[in-house]
Amino acid sequence: MSITKRFWVSLIFSLPMLAGMIGMLFGWTLPGGAWTQLILTTIVMLVSARPFWQSAWASFTKHHANMDTLVAIGTATAYIYSLYAMVTGQAVFFESAAFVTTFVLLGQVFEERMRNNSANAVEKLVNLQAKNAEVKRGDTFVKVPLDEVQKGDIVRVKPGQKVPVDGVITQGSSSVDESMVTGESLPVEKHVDDAVIGATVNETGTFLVKTSQVGQGTMLSQIVELVKKAQNSHAPIQKLTDKVSNIFVPAVLMLAIATFLVWNVFLGASFAESLIFAVSVVVIACPCALGLATPTALMVGTGRGAKMGILIKNGEVLEAVNDVDTVIFDKTGTLTAGKPKVTDVVGNQTQVVQIAASLEGASEHPLATAILDRAKHDQVTLSDPTDFRAIEGQGVTATVAGHTAFVGNEKLGANAQLSPALKQSLTQLQDEAKTVVLVGLDKTVIGLIAIQDAPKPTSKEAIADLKARGLKTIMLTGDNSRVANAVAKQVGIDTVIADVLPGQKADQVKQAQQNGRVAFVGDGINDAPALTTADVGIAMGSGTDIAIDSGGIVLVKNDLRDVDRALALSKKTFNRIKLNLFWAFVYNVLGIPVAAGVFFTLGFTLSPELAGLAMAFSSLSVVTSSVLLNRAKISAPRTQVA
Amino acid sequence: MTKLLVLIIGLLLIGFIAWWFFGHHATKTVEAAQTTGQQSIDIDVNGGYSPEQVVLKQGVPAVLNFTRQDASSCLDRVVFSDFGINQALPQNQTQAIKIDTSKPGEYQWACGMDMFHGKLIIK
Repeated sequence: MSITKRFWVSLIFSLPMLAGMIGMLFGWTLPGGAWTQLILTTIVMLVSARPFWQSAWASFTKHHANMDTLVAIGTATAYIYSLYAMVTGQAVFFESAAFVTTFVLLGQVFEERMRNNSANAVEKLVNLQAKNAEVKRGDTFVKVPLDEVQKGDIVRVKPGQKVPVDGVITQGSSSVDESMVTGESLPVEKHVDDAVIGATVNETGTFLVKTSQVGQGTMLSQIVELVKKAQNSHAPIQKLTDKVSNIFVPAVLMLAIATFLVWNVFLGASFAESLIFAVSVVVIACPCALGLATPTALMVGTGRGAKMGILIKNGEVLEAVNDVDTVIFDKTGTLTAGKPKVTDVVGNQTQVVQIAASLEGASEHPLATAILDRAKHDQVTLSDPTDFRAIEGQGVTATVAGHTAFVGNEKLGANAQLSPALKQSLTQLQDEAKTVVLVGLDKTVIGLIAIQDAPKPTSKEAIADLKARGLKTIMLTGDNSRVANAVAKQVGIDTVIADVLPGQKADQVKQAQQNGRVAFVGDGINDAPALTTADVGIAMGSGTDIAIDSGGIVLVKNDLRDVDRALALSKKTFNRIKLNLFWAFVYNVLGIPVAAGVFFTLGFTLSPELAGLAMAFSSLSVVTSSVLLNRAKISAPRTQVA
Repeated sequence: MTKLLVLIIGLLLIGFIAWWFFGHHATKTVEAAQTTGQQSIDIDVNGGYSPEQVVLKQGVPAVLNFTRQDASSCLDRVVFSDFGINQALPQNQTQAIKIDTSKPGEYQWACGMDMFHGKLIIK
């Protein structure tokens, strides 16, 4: 019989006795007196409470005790004593046994529902997966089940369909809603050569994808695997409760007997009174709230993180985040976009970009890519240069539409005329640690293009959020200090450590650890040693390449603001665990002396049924508080103040 | 006189509980039965796990068959935290759980509330 059914049986047969108890205040008694109580309680015991006894006995034979042991002993004691009391004509308390059963089952019904609730994050993730795919077979597209798709297959995705596999677009373009996997709320534009993630939803156009990952290798599968492990991991704080739960139940039983002995033998209370105190102790002490406190919060917290594109690996990470006081960032690819970009164009915008791009069209210099990207973005039509000449270490010259043009550094422009206004701009841009190229036409410099590996648009906000949290921020980079300082100033980072060789990053992290707990944020591929050295390694993912192994926290989307969100979520979850443990301990540890009658002289006691109610509430409140983590606000302290 | 008797009985009970639950009692260890290319163990879930300690051979695909007879919601899930497994155990239905035996070592499993434990040894 299910717990829910057992609860209803127990409730229905307890209600008349409850009515009798209330009625007593108004001079009304239950018809049939003790006999009615006996019949009602016997039904409750046989139908609803019997499984407790069976489980308790099975445990007992294995030298174990569990919460059912407590419930079974509590209810059996009350029931059997009442039988004896009835025979000998003394006051009975059948209703205690029935009420305790009802309340305990009530707690379990809710708890079961809540636990299923908190565990379904993984299920939701798995269900995101598309069921089938339209795969190119020969010249036509055939619909096949997903597990028949193989690496290298071309898959067609129509608007409104789920992208079935991880892959790269070979034809077509569209905007794709990736929120379910990365947490990114805005649709992402996708063109040829862009990577798409399985289980995301195609919104506007039809495109073809070349499959790069299927089955266990897909990003979604990896995320599911990670979340599963995280949800069932142990937090170090739990070790205490692990130890406690093993000895708790037998200890409580001994305490209950001691309570009885003290009342009956030393304080001269009657047999029945002493027994009630002992039964209350047994009933209130159930440690299940203690056992539920950590796993439920961990489950909800990590599940919620997964929805936001923040993967927290386990309970240990969660606990470590709490003590972090310094966050170290890798510069390239983390704070900055990782590829040079044109930041400023001085002079006639179109003309300058057009000439520069036309000349650089044939060049393979990384700066050339930045200029060509800008030309593409501005939709500038390029002209065909002739007499193309590359001058080593200086730049390029060529003839464009009959004029001699050049693009290069100051050395190349030394012979050309440079107006004072442009000269001033040049110095200013260089002071901002940007690389500046001069664009000239017929021996006159007509404009400047400044290029920089620019900070991501969100970096500044992200750093401000972390600082508002009271964290120290440090930037590590292999660049020279001038470039590094300029970037640091733009994003607002406190300390810069420049000229760091890739191999030294871990050492720098170690050094910072002497002053406190350190989190390191890096891209996960090059920074693996630093990520593992740090107390908390935060790996930023990009595209389908999530660096699961190196980071304690993995950020699926390439947004630095998630660092703050991840810290906030971890702290919230850990605080919730602590709060849960606190309440569980309060219920159990404070409840026991009250139930034992320590405060009897103050008129403060707990009857067995109240103890049962308190116990039901303790597990219920712990699970509810964990589930409420789903609703807790995860936002930066900075925005809260504003 | 009755009081003395009650006291003695009570103290004896306390002593019995201490001995029964905290004393050293041998736990049953079972080695997996090997069939061609596979190993499996049946585990009964009733007031705990029997056997409580199982030994698996490294590198051979393994299946643990859990059958819950106990009505207690305490035992309605089995969790292998090292393997990321959290399996619901419907009452009186056998649930097969596949174990990755590639890495030797000792692993704990527990019920959903972390009250009952079992140990898995891969060697």
